[in-house]
Amino acid sequence: MNSVTPKIRFTNVYKSFGTKKVLQGINLDVMPQESVVIIGGSGTGKSVLIKSVLGIVKPDSGTIEIEGRDVSKLSHHEREQQLKKFGMLFQGGALFDSMKIWQNIAFGLIQGAGMDKKEAKTIALEKLKQVGLTADVAELYPSELSGGMQKRVALARAIATKPDVIFFDEPTTGLDPIMADVINELIVKCVKDLGATALTITHDMHSVRKIADKVAMLFEGKILWQGTVAELDTCDNDYVQKFVSGMSTAVKVA
Amino acid sequence: MKFSPALDGALHAVINRFFVQAFLQSIGRNFLNFLEAIGRFAMFAILALSHCVRAPFYLKNMGRLMIDFGYYSLPVVGLTAAFTGMVLALQSYSGFSRFSAEGAIAGVVALSVTRELGPVLAGLMVAGRVGAAIAAELGTMRVTEQIDALSTLSTNPYKYLIVPRLIAATVTMPLLVVIADIIGIFGGFIIGVYHLNFNAGAYLKNTLDILTFTDVFSGLVKAAAFGFIIALLGCYNGFNSKGGAQGVGNATTYAVVSASMLILMSNFFITALFFGV
Repeated sequence: MNSVTPKIRFTNVYKSFGTKKVLQGINLDVMPQESVVIIGGSGTGKSVLIKSVLGIVKPDSGTIEIEGRDVSKLSHHEREQQLKKFGMLFQGGALFDSMKIWQNIAFGLIQGAGMDKKEAKTIALEKLKQVGLTADVAELYPSELSGGMQKRVALARAIATKPDVIFFDEPTTGLDPIMADVINELIVKCVKDLGATALTITHDMHSVRKIADKVAMLFEGKILWQGTVAELDTCDNDYVQKFVSGMSTAVKVA
Repeated sequence: MKFSPALDGALHAVINRFFVQAFLQSIGRNFLNFLEAIGRFAMFAILALSHCVRAPFYLKNMGRLMIDFGYYSLPVVGLTAAFTGMVLALQSYSGFSRFSAEGAIAGVVALSVTRELGPVLAGLMVAGRVGAAIAAELGTMRVTEQIDALSTLSTNPYKYLIVPRLIAATVTMPLLVVIADIIGIFGGFIIGVYHLNFNAGAYLKNTLDILTFTDVFSGLVKAAAFGFIIALLGCYNGFNSKGGAQGVGNATTYAVVSASMLILMSNFFITALFFGV
């Protein structure tokens, strides 16, 4: 029996939007410093799952525990403190378009941690360098950057506060294969450097193989299958095999 | 095809019942949706107000928004007030001269501008300019997940986005209306003195004699209420927009239309409160 408390534990999590049932009993453990990737078709509720941990979406029933504590039972202050340990890379970057790049990266440090502006800017520039961007980008606005550069900035913002847990929502969507690989490498490096726990959702099997310690397949609102990347290739579930091979008929990978 | 009279009657009864039922269901559904919308809006307003009195306060944001809402609205509000005062003087002259009551023109212009036209027209202009901008900005932030990003960066969106807008609009509108009142009365003065050949001193004396504190104060209370309405509806519609560009467009339309309607409705109640008999 595993005595380590999971960093995140989903137990029978249900969520519907009107008549549309999105999550129908999610059970999943994410262990400390583990990188878990959730795969699944479009509209299966992958983003909803992450947003429910962050408190952006409230589950209808079930429990979500962070380090063994049910998030629904936390006080407002405790929840705010908990959110400070999280970082999130949004699918579209979600950079604040009215702010300069360095202000975007330093936002969590200034507003959340109450850090001095000058110190926060220094850290923002360090993080920019860490994601492979030069300091001259710092004074630009998000609209002046390419999609790949925006993703890097969003990654820099997500790791700026040195979070314990980082969430990645389709980090490589809309990027060319080379840029996607660069982002994957950066994610692996940043997560390793921080010693953080990572929860990623993606369709991109190349990302899965690069990022994941554990993979979970979401289908019809439930975790259909979970295992390591190596087990993914030998799994005998038809739907998982279809998804992995990208073919409408199952092809088992030897 | 022809049916027997009994079958024909039964068919009619079934069809009538079906349509009546569908009609009543439609009314019921719309009424419930309306109540739900009112409830959602009330919850949003209560939550926003509760955050207005709790730290942290983003004063820098508030200051920037006050300049944006107030200073940059001055040209449109000033022009509207000036021409309103001028038209009012011309119309009053055209009407009052029939009763040889031209002497009342200065008072009519002053009372109309300070009590009604200043705050209401400034409110409608600001609803178009500021209400639309708030809804479009927050709507875009919502559909591009920037509002969600705020939450993940330990920043409460209500405190960071909603509260500064509510306070900025509520504080700025009375200041704008004071200026609109002065410009509106001055517009009437220009027409009165330079077009209708009134004596400048007499016109000003008439204006100052008729104006009371309540006339000006009631206009400023209205202005503050209208500012709050404009910001609240802009924030509500923008904050809850969905569905991409079309959703943001709809949010902007709803923000301006609903704020304009609410301004006119609340104007009646505030007027009744001050001057109702």
